[in-house]
Amino acid sequence: MSLAAQAAGHGFLSPTGVEIAFLLVGLVTLGAALVTVTTRQLVHAALWLVVALGGLAVEYLLLTAEFIAWVQVLIYVGSVVVLLLFGLMLTKAPIGRSPDADSGNRPVALAVALAAAAALVWVVVDAFRTTWIDLDGPAQGSTRVSGEILFRHWVLPFEALSVLLLAALVGAIVLSRKKNGEEG
Amino acid sequence: MTTTTLAVLVPLLPFLGSAAGLLLGRTAPGFVRPLAVLPTLAAAVLAVLVAARQGGGKAVDAATQLTPTGSVPIDLALHIDGFAAVVAVLVGVVATCVQIYSTGYLRHDPRYPSYAALVSLFTAAMLLVVYSGDLMVLLVGWEVMGICSYFLVGHYWETPEARSASLKAFLVTKLGDVPFLIGLFALAADAGTFRITGVLGAVTSGALDHPTLVALLLLAGVAGKSAQFPLHTWLPDAMAGPTPVSALIHAATMVAAGIYFVARLLPVFAASAAALTVLAVMAAVTMVGSALAALAQDDIKRVLAYSTIGQLGYMAGALAVADRGAAVFHLLSHGAFKALLFLAAGAVIHAAGTNSLTAMSRMSGLTQRIPDAYWTMTVGLLALAAIPPFAGFFSKEAVLVAAEHTATGDHTAAPAGAGWIVLVAGLLTALLTAAYAMRLWLLAFRGRGAEAPDHGRQPIQMTTVLWVLAVPSLGFGLTAAYLDDWFDGNALTPTLTTAVLGTGLAVVGAAVTYAVRSTLLARTAPPPAAPAGATPVPAAGPAAAPTVAHPDAEAGQVEAEALDLPHPAADPADPGRALLGPLHRPAADGFHLDAVYRAAFVRPVLAAASLVRFLDREVVDTYVRGAGDSAKGLGWLVRRAQTGNVQTYLSALLAGSVVLAVVAVVLANAAAGA
Amino acid sequence: MHLAYPAVLAALLFSVGLYGVLARRNAILVLMSVELMLNAVNLNLVAFDVWLRDTLHAGQALTLFTIAIAAAEIGIGLAIVLMVYRNRGTSDVDRLRDTSETDDETPTADGTPSADEKAEATA
Repeated sequence: MSLAAQAAGHGFLSPTGVEIAFLLVGLVTLGAALVTVTTRQLVHAALWLVVALGGLAVEYLLLTAEFIAWVQVLIYVGSVVVLLLFGLMLTKAPIGRSPDADSGNRPVALAVALAAAAALVWVVVDAFRTTWIDLDGPAQGSTRVSGEILFRHWVLPFEALSVLLLAALVGAIVLSRKKNGEEG
Repeated sequence: MTTTTLAVLVPLLPFLGSAAGLLLGRTAPGFVRPLAVLPTLAAAVLAVLVAARQGGGKAVDAATQLTPTGSVPIDLALHIDGFAAVVAVLVGVVATCVQIYSTGYLRHDPRYPSYAALVSLFTAAMLLVVYSGDLMVLLVGWEVMGICSYFLVGHYWETPEARSASLKAFLVTKLGDVPFLIGLFALAADAGTFRITGVLGAVTSGALDHPTLVALLLLAGVAGKSAQFPLHTWLPDAMAGPTPVSALIHAATMVAAGIYFVARLLPVFAASAAALTVLAVMAAVTMVGSALAALAQDDIKRVLAYSTIGQLGYMAGALAVADRGAAVFHLLSHGAFKALLFLAAGAVIHAAGTNSLTAMSRMSGLTQRIPDAYWTMTVGLLALAAIPPFAGFFSKEAVLVAAEHTATGDHTAAPAGAGWIVLVAGLLTALLTAAYAMRLWLLAFRGRGAEAPDHGRQPIQMTTVLWVLAVPSLGFGLTAAYLDDWFDGNALTPTLTTAVLGTGLAVVGAAVTYAVRSTLLARTAPPPAAPAGATPVPAAGPAAAPTVAHPDAEAGQVEAEALDLPHPAADPADPGRALLGPLHRPAADGFHLDAVYRAAFVRPVLAAASLVRFLDREVVDTYVRGAGDSAKGLGWLVRRAQTGNVQTYLSALLAGSVVLAVVAVVLANAAAGA
Repeated sequence: MHLAYPAVLAALLFSVGLYGVLARRNAILVLMSVELMLNAVNLNLVAFDVWLRDTLHAGQALTLFTIAIAAAEIGIGLAIVLMVYRNRGTSDVDRLRDTSETDDETPTADGTPSADEKAEATA
């Protein structure tokens, strides 16, 4: 009943502006992600990853999660991709097209990925066919809201996470440090 | 001490001596000889004491039950009647003689300790059989004898003959023991007890339901142990053992056990006329056949072995006419003179360095080398040929008299037909026995040719024992008038008809043999002195010197060599060949019975074994191999999946996850829809 | 806004990341694909948080945590890849097959890589 009412209230074929924007940005994101996993130029893959992650940040904005969007831009686009680029360079990844970017597992990977995509999309569409997000009202992801909940309700996991980050920092240093006897 | 205690000690002492000998044989070699001789000697003395106390009167019976054994109780029982008492004396005396003789005969044998211990065990087992009043306990002794004979015949296990002979002795006697065991169970099932007194009581009260079946089953075991046709073939081959063992097996133990067993349970056999007839036929075939075979043998010990079979045939014949007194009488005198013959033969082989009669016939001067053996062996052969007044004459006459009485109907315990069979066969065998005894004597001691090699004097233990045994061989028959009190009371003294008939035939046989030998010797040229006469001697010559250390082993080697080389049986002056004519070759081969057995039993068994082998290797193993191969193939397949590529693993993992998720969703939907 | 849009987008991004993880040869590209998968999950978290109007905003908090953990993960992952590259001279995941089952079962078969490893460890 209510579902039908809601469906009547929103309608599939009458998308709002937010939806159109979300759809377009989503298409760009998905395309960038696809190029990331298929391109033969490794550095390009990293750059296309920037596009995909940036697209996702826009999506977060559209979902009124401002703080996360900026964090996404800062951390992913700002640091993770830079790290990845550094990794590519440190491992002397070839610049330009490398013919062996994909392993022999590609057909299997394609099959598994398609099957997973089909199953997930089917389930998700089946489950949320008639569900709408109400984006009206105050922004749910503003910096103020996020700071309040983070330091009021989630302060303990937040602090625990800092310990984890410290451990990761130490681990990364230990792992990437050259041995004593080695030069430079 | 009571008679029972003494009687218990009789089998116990040699057993303990054997155990001590086996335990101490390596650590304390100095004790081996006393431990071998003294317990046996003590047992012999005690057996004499027991016999004196029992005195042929009422049977001594004692029993104790160690533990309940179910529906049919098994007792440790003694049953000592006149038969048991005198047979025990014989066993003790012969075993003592053999032990003393062995100390000289095998004095340098490295395996003497175990040999002496086994002889003691053998003696203990036989004494147990003799005294036991319970069939199960008797069976224990019976089987211990079987295994001891296996070990003793195989004493020289380095030679293939000894190995196969010991196996043959064991298997053939076992072949008889299986029906024997079944027969014992049937008997006990009918009588309700294993006690001999109980069984005999059941027979007299007619409680035995299947006397013929039981008797025939038991006869199979008796034929195996006492080497009666058709299970006699192990005995001639058992000559591969040392000579004292042959003496022990042939004279007092093993082969005597079967006869003694029948004598003990004679009422059971007498309850069945069919069993007695079978026994009579068996005895007759054994007697005549073995006497013919003995006439053709070249090996001196094989001649004696066949003669043992023949004399056992006499005993079986006496049992077939239901006169166990005569049977045991012959058993006693035969035990004495056969022990003497074997031990003397051992001395002869020792001196001549060969087993072969033909080789001996080409040797002269053997009588001067070993005068003791010569004279005692002559006594023994006269006893064997049943010439009066030697022991064999009286005991054989007792058998013939019993057979005649049955044949003429004076005695009705056995069918008259059995009496006739035994009588005719016995008389025929008397003729043949005298013939082969004469042939043995002539070939061994009247040889012409090179001088026999000189090995010095025989050990004093050996010659003494020979003379000790010569006494009963000479005079034992004179006790016939007194012995019947110990037995069933049937007169054992000879009658005129059979005495004249038997002795006459024996004399005829001996005389014909002598005459044939003389003619043949005269007809052929004087034996070629150096070249031909040397043929057996070089074979014996090099081997003869060490015969002092290993008399029998070396003799066995000489015999093996002589068998492999051109056989010296081409002696033209051998009277056996002339007397037997065309029968000679089959007789020499034991009438090809071994070949018959080979075709009838060994080949099918071997064929079945190869069939089983085929089935096992090719059929059963196919499944086993298939199981292994399929597991291996599956393993290979699984191994193919282990590529080491993480992406492959992850692909499989995620694909499985997707499948599981889809299945879960579909099932949830289906459940919701339902 | 229809919830299906972010949900379907997240599912597709996840599948694309999945494909990348399974199909890419270079370990760093595999790490990028993992980032894509993580971001797909993040998108889901944010979308459902907004939809449910959770007072605790658990979805957004978890998203922040995930981003932090992803950053740590990429640091550690890159360090491992660098070490592997230094030791092996390659960062191709399908060449790191020391655990593979070889057909020749002689112990010398895997002696070569182990010898290499030793040499590199001492180098």
